[in-house]
Amino acid sequence: MENNEKRLLTGAQILMEILKSEGVDTIFGFPGGAVIDIYDELSKTDIRHILVRHEQGAVHAADGYARASGSTGVCLVTSGPGATNTVTGIASAYMDSIPVVILTGQVPTHLIGNDAFQEVDIVGITRSCTKHNYLVTNAEDLAGTLKEAFYLARSGRPGPVLVDIPKDIAKTVVQFTMPEESNLKSYRPTYNPNTKQLEKIITLIEESEKPVIFAGGGVILSKSSKELTEFARKAKIPVTASLMGLGAFPGSDPLWLGMIGMHGTFRANMSVGNCDLLIAIGVRFDDRVTGKTDSFAPNAKIVHIDIDPTSIRKNIPVSVPVVGDCRIALDQLNQMIGEANLGNIIKKRQRWFNRISRWKTTNPLSYKQKETIMPQYVIENLFKITKGKAIITTEVGQNQMWAAQYYHFDKPGHFITSGGLGCMGFGLPAAIGAQVARPGELVVDIAGDGSIQMNIQELATAVQYSLPVKVVILNNRYLGMVRQWQELFYDKRYSCTCMDHSPDFVKLAEAYGAVGLRATKPEEVIPVLRKGLNSDKTVIMDFQIEREENVYPMVPAGAPLTEMLLV
Amino acid sequence: MTEEKHVLTMLVDNKPGVLSRVVGLFSGRGFNIESLCVAETIDPLISRITVVTRATESGIEQIEKQLNKLINVIKLRKVSGPKSVQREMALIYVMAKNGQRAEILRIVDIFRGKIIDVGTDHFVIEVTGDEEKMSAIINLLKPMGIKKISRTGTIALFR
Ligand SMILES: Cc1ncc(C[n+]2csc(CCOP(=O)(O)OP(=O)(O)O)c2C)c(N)n1
Ligand SMILES: [Mg+2]
Repeated sequence: MENNEKRLLTGAQILMEILKSEGVDTIFGFPGGAVIDIYDELSKTDIRHILVRHEQGAVHAADGYARASGSTGVCLVTSGPGATNTVTGIASAYMDSIPVVILTGQVPTHLIGNDAFQEVDIVGITRSCTKHNYLVTNAEDLAGTLKEAFYLARSGRPGPVLVDIPKDIAKTVVQFTMPEESNLKSYRPTYNPNTKQLEKIITLIEESEKPVIFAGGGVILSKSSKELTEFARKAKIPVTASLMGLGAFPGSDPLWLGMIGMHGTFRANMSVGNCDLLIAIGVRFDDRVTGKTDSFAPNAKIVHIDIDPTSIRKNIPVSVPVVGDCRIALDQLNQMIGEANLGNIIKKRQRWFNRISRWKTTNPLSYKQKETIMPQYVIENLFKITKGKAIITTEVGQNQMWAAQYYHFDKPGHFITSGGLGCMGFGLPAAIGAQVARPGELVVDIAGDGSIQMNIQELATAVQYSLPVKVVILNNRYLGMVRQWQELFYDKRYSCTCMDHSPDFVKLAEAYGAVGLRATKPEEVIPVLRKGLNSDKTVIMDFQIEREENVYPMVPAGAPLTEMLLV
Repeated sequence: MTEEKHVLTMLVDNKPGVLSRVVGLFSGRGFNIESLCVAETIDPLISRITVVTRATESGIEQIEKQLNKLINVIKLRKVSGPKSVQREMALIYVMAKNGQRAEILRIVDIFRGKIIDVGTDHFVIEVTGDEEKMSAIINLLKPMGIKKISRTGTIALFR
């Protein structure tokens, strides 16, 4: 069909045309009255619809799908409660800059503002947790608005964009022509970095005896892991990453320092605390990363490359700010570094590398084996058995941190976690989204007993669509991370963190039509993992772990990064 | 870090919800708005918003960046220096007892204000000017008894 040919279409049909033109072949959603016309039209297309069991799950699934596929995730929900149920998912995608388009139904335009049945002002509610949002009030505007929504979601610093579509708009027939690519005069992300600024970086590298690269989610979003790896190797600079940046640089590379931050490795945090040059790429200096900002990298010149100018100098003063796309910046840096004069300085850096190795040997990530199952042991074996190739999603809490510490990522798009919002209930629906995006791969949700119950209903979704996601529950019968804070900072007053009353997860899995397995002793860990991971079904593995194990190292909130509590 | 007063002027899409995005950004990020002025420009599709805020140097840098990031903000400038003009208007309802009427009229005259309503015991005065002028006339009229006052907040342009 010619693009510029005019046709008479309903709003719902226009939506389908735009979805197809954006290459959308899968959406996650849940129907209702306000979107019944859209669902009717959807059934006539070959777009795959995954029926979730709660709209929060739809957004997390679209988020997981986006991260695993590198494209934009889409969800479709009804007005009122359907829309409000998406808010947590949207906030999580917003904090992590994930491209998701959320389509919400709305009451008919003539009822808007009347407190109509299932009416909420979802545009008002989500204004501060979307990159942008729209209420479509004119059927003529629908096509252009939708095109713009997709463009905004994926371009610049990506993020969720919501389009609220009143029921009558979906039914109105209007002339349709495929809109041109969006071109907004008020939205022009800066992709090309300033070359002068990049030259300054090269000069700093030529002079630095103790450099560190700090990579974040921006490297993954801009698909520049290859460029980052080349850059670090050429410039001989060790690399740390934020939780969101895990996989941006190979975890098996000798230059890898491990994760930075509150539960970062000793050597990563010490390296940042002692470096003389910190090259931050695609990060936003979250407080969980910096610790006390005044003592963050106190002796370092800081270079910050990011596509979002608001991230630069928000929390941390910077010597060389660079606004631009990480990939383009790294590409140019790689060209420039070839001509840089590094011979001498790299010799001088030997002392720095020696110090870093000592930090690694004196305080490696470690734990003590006990009679009970240690959570770290479970993740270590998960890593070994899957040869580090699984796509890992996580819930939130200790489980998330152990996953980040003990599973090592060589590639981007393999660690999918709710970093900025820290949203319990993320992992299972995100795993579903990732599995839909990458059907041939092994997808594992590393979960806590608390978090898994926040979106456990999505097990039904996984089973319905034969999605063989694996859930590894590190079951400590506690809201463990909160309990850890209570133990360390509140004199062990375990106020309301004991979860003694959870369902029998094995029976629960079976009730949903999934496979349930349990390990209660260390020697059962490997057999259960083997059996579970080899199954072609949706599987829950309940590992009853040491109840009061803590995540270490730990930088207490607000303390300097180098002042860690150790095992 | 000391806070200073800053005047920001921006062109925005004249669409529902845009003002709310701008204002929401201030409240959501913990910045205060001292005054706010919004109206259509010569192009009915575009409005001008003028905001007066107090912020530290890094605070105002962050506010500017965040405002620029809003999709509906077309152009933003911080207004300051001799190349800019700033004005505000006030309507002042002042008590005017017999013995004070002449004095009030003299003050209004000096400030090039206008009397736009007269009653047996009050005037309503219209006055425009920069911030300094406004506080000067308000201070002079205070002893007479200002019953109510309505100010527009600053509007600004570059010359
Ligand atoms: C939706 C939500 N509510 C509350 C919290 C606060 N919180 C952070 S970690 C945590 C404990 C999670 O418990 P569990 O899933 O069992 O994980 P564990 O720490 O025990 O591994 C809680 C309650 C949160 N992050 N998200
Ligand atoms: Mg737990």
